[in-house]
Amino acid sequence: MKQLSDTLFNAVVRSCAIGTLILVSGLCVTLVIHAMPVFRHSGLSFLFTSTWDPLRQQFGALPFLVGTVITAVLGVLISLPFSLSIAFFLGEYFPSGKLSIFFQSATDLLAGIPSVIYGFWGLFVVAPFMQKIEIRLGIMPYGVGIATASIILAIMIVPYTASIAREIIKLVPSDLKEAAYALGATRWEVVRHVVIPYAHSGILAGILLALGRAIGETMAVTMVIGNRNEFPKSIFDPANTMASVIANEFAEASDDIYLSALIAVALLLFLFTTVMNMFGRFVIKKLTVRQES
Amino acid sequence: MENPILITENLKAYYGNHLVLKDINLEIPRLNITAIMGPSGCGKTTLLRCFNRLHELSPGGRIEGQIWLGDTDILSLDPIMVRRRIGMVFQRPNPFPTMSIYDNVIAGYKLNGMKLSRVEADEIVERALRGAALWDEVKDILHRRGTFLSGGQQQRLCIARALAMNPEVILLDEPTSALDPKATAHIEELLISLKSRVTIIIVTHNIGQAGRIADYTAFLYLGELVEFGPTERLFTAPKDRRTEEYLSGKFG
Amino acid sequence: MRTGSYSRRIVISRIMECVIFFFAFISLLPLTLILFYLAKKGMAAIDWQFLTHLPRPVGEEGGGVVNAIVGSAILIFCATLMAVPLGVGAGLYLSEAKEGKLSYWTRVAVDILQGSPSIVMGVVVYLWVVKPMQSFSALSGSIALAIMMLPMVIYSTEETLKAIPCTLKEAALALGVPYYRTILKVVIPAGMSGITTGVLIGVARIAGETAPLLFTAFGSPFLDINPLKPVAALPLVVFNYATSPYPQWWEQAWGASLVLTFLVLCLHLTAKIGTRRWKIQF
Ligand SMILES: Nc1ncnc2c1ncn2[C@@H]1O[C@H](COP(=O)(O)OP(=O)(O)OP(=O)(O)O)[C@@H](O)[C@H]1O
Ligand SMILES: [Mg+2]
Repeated sequence: MKQLSDTLFNAVVRSCAIGTLILVSGLCVTLVIHAMPVFRHSGLSFLFTSTWDPLRQQFGALPFLVGTVITAVLGVLISLPFSLSIAFFLGEYFPSGKLSIFFQSATDLLAGIPSVIYGFWGLFVVAPFMQKIEIRLGIMPYGVGIATASIILAIMIVPYTASIAREIIKLVPSDLKEAAYALGATRWEVVRHVVIPYAHSGILAGILLALGRAIGETMAVTMVIGNRNEFPKSIFDPANTMASVIANEFAEASDDIYLSALIAVALLLFLFTTVMNMFGRFVIKKLTVRQES
Repeated sequence: MENPILITENLKAYYGNHLVLKDINLEIPRLNITAIMGPSGCGKTTLLRCFNRLHELSPGGRIEGQIWLGDTDILSLDPIMVRRRIGMVFQRPNPFPTMSIYDNVIAGYKLNGMKLSRVEADEIVERALRGAALWDEVKDILHRRGTFLSGGQQQRLCIARALAMNPEVILLDEPTSALDPKATAHIEELLISLKSRVTIIIVTHNIGQAGRIADYTAFLYLGELVEFGPTERLFTAPKDRRTEEYLSGKFG
Repeated sequence: MRTGSYSRRIVISRIMECVIFFFAFISLLPLTLILFYLAKKGMAAIDWQFLTHLPRPVGEEGGGVVNAIVGSAILIFCATLMAVPLGVGAGLYLSEAKEGKLSYWTRVAVDILQGSPSIVMGVVVYLWVVKPMQSFSALSGSIALAIMMLPMVIYSTEETLKAIPCTLKEAALALGVPYYRTILKVVIPAGMSGITTGVLIGVARIAGETAPLLFTAFGSPFLDINPLKPVAALPLVVFNYATSPYPQWWEQAWGASLVLTFLVLCLHLTAKIGTRRWKIQF
């Protein structure tokens, strides 16, 4: 005589899980269905041509793909020395104490600031600064552009990469490190020859997750990348990323095929980030399990 | 044996396909203390959890056979009714962390949504805490969290919580293994004083403890009931070689 | 020879230490700069009128962002209302049914959701809600934010409930308490602080989200609490004003930024203090 209310309760809880599952599958299906028209219209040239002219119904998303990849990779590269330094600082040199708490709170703060504010600050502080540099260099002083966007992205993902890398570094068994110290290794040698080899795949996974994040970042990039639908020729050129072109044009997209083209860009963006995320998470999960067992 | 309170007939318990208890036939005497002993992993906890049907909540947990409480087979009853008649105390003290001492004692009523008047509740709390020999220590701090108490006090609080439901049987799974000797002695005294009110079944690894408090002892080995009888007889003249070896410390 | 190389190794170690410290400290520079600009320019823009008045047209002095403050509050409130029950339910399911196909796929789904860009939510909710209803609305904005918040609620619920000792649940069951009451009256209350913290962090995250609102809540210059009408939100105001050509609006954008950052940081702080304060001892 199983109680009715228990059955009911279980059904409700179960349906919450099913609901979440349906929500996400619905999300994928919606994107695919609404992206179909543009693929039917342009075929694969949607991915491989670089003319984006909605008026003449030409949709080549290549500039956005390239813009996204360049901005994100550049952003991650710029951020690496900083995020890894923080990770080693917090994971190895100062795992506890006042300084560690201060750093921890500061990076938390950095992670908590909304992205639109990074964009705003970038537009009004970093872009003019870049403009000066560009004048010095004797190139077109746009101010906004790929370089500016990468810098802002780098600032935004530092705390994210740092916290993942720190967790990974903390997983390094202390007896390994102690064994190295006992052999007379210096601190740096321990980091170089024990910590880094042990943690490198985890750190790489963390970088991958950060890249996924950088690719999907919308507002800050939209505000400082200059929004130009052409193939960028230098890293100081204005450009567009997948996210920023959606943010800019989606509300104005008048006809169905244009809308579908933007949704196809969203689908690509979704696939890109999902693949990076799944892979990064997979690696990190594996490492954590290895550590626990 | 006259008037046993719990009788198991060919009781089998499984985890998935793994048979953990093999045809247990046991008669637990009423208003006595029965100890269940045996080496680690022999199925003592599982047996206890069959009695109040917690076993079937474990992943893959399954029971076959009969368990008679009085003249009803508890496997045919609603598990909730069974658990209200058979209380349980766990190895680690586990008072509800969000509740006061007072609320912990009447948790069985409150969580079941039974309404108690203020007077009734006060009375139940005092009787249960006195029964668990905790009243004098906590009567002035009834509204503090139960988790502030010492380990031994927490365990007695858990006993009070079980007593408050007026169960016919209380199951205790190594209730003193997480406690120091003094708290252990306290609980042992308490159990002896309780046996006139309620039947007690206790799992213990401690041979001395069984000798001190148990009227009857059951010896389990690899899921089989090897021997059952009055503690004194079992300890002084074990019939089975395995019992003898266990008691002399050869294994477990 | 040996000692020579040893001291060289020490020096290298020292140098690397300095390099690491240098980069670590440099990375705090942007934070300092952002907070500095926010404080300097934001304070100048904020006064009583800014917080309590509606925006005025370009060219007129004064005006405020009260519509955006109220709009953000409405959006966040409705999103929380939608995300918390679903998220706690799903988290509960995952913590109870640790293995099993449904749990596995739900976890995959939550991971995907957590990693997907916020602009994609905006696009999808546009297609799901705005297009059929033919109007931007507070409702669609809340739905988009709720989807953003969902993974965090699910993760924190699952993690919190998994950490609650199993014996606590069994203690209640052994008293003859039905399963659903055990969960609702023992397990969830014991996990309340963890779940609340997760919800607060989720709220902090969606409070600053702009991208999912661009084509859902859309923004509005009026103070309107009809959930079927477009509604303003602080991050939208920052974006719209910052990218406008009017210096007067830029100033207001600084003000709105300061209010928004303050709000988000307060939420984070509450969550952090709460984790420590409300911690339940088992
Ligand atoms: N949840 C479970 N799933 C599968 N097998 C289990 C589970 N719990 C216990 N077992 C198995 O059942 C057998 C009996 O376990 P039980 O916990 O009853 O032993 P025990 O006598 O109480 O041991 P101990 O003295 O260590 O508490 C053991 O072999 C154990 O491996
Ligand atoms: Mg046991």
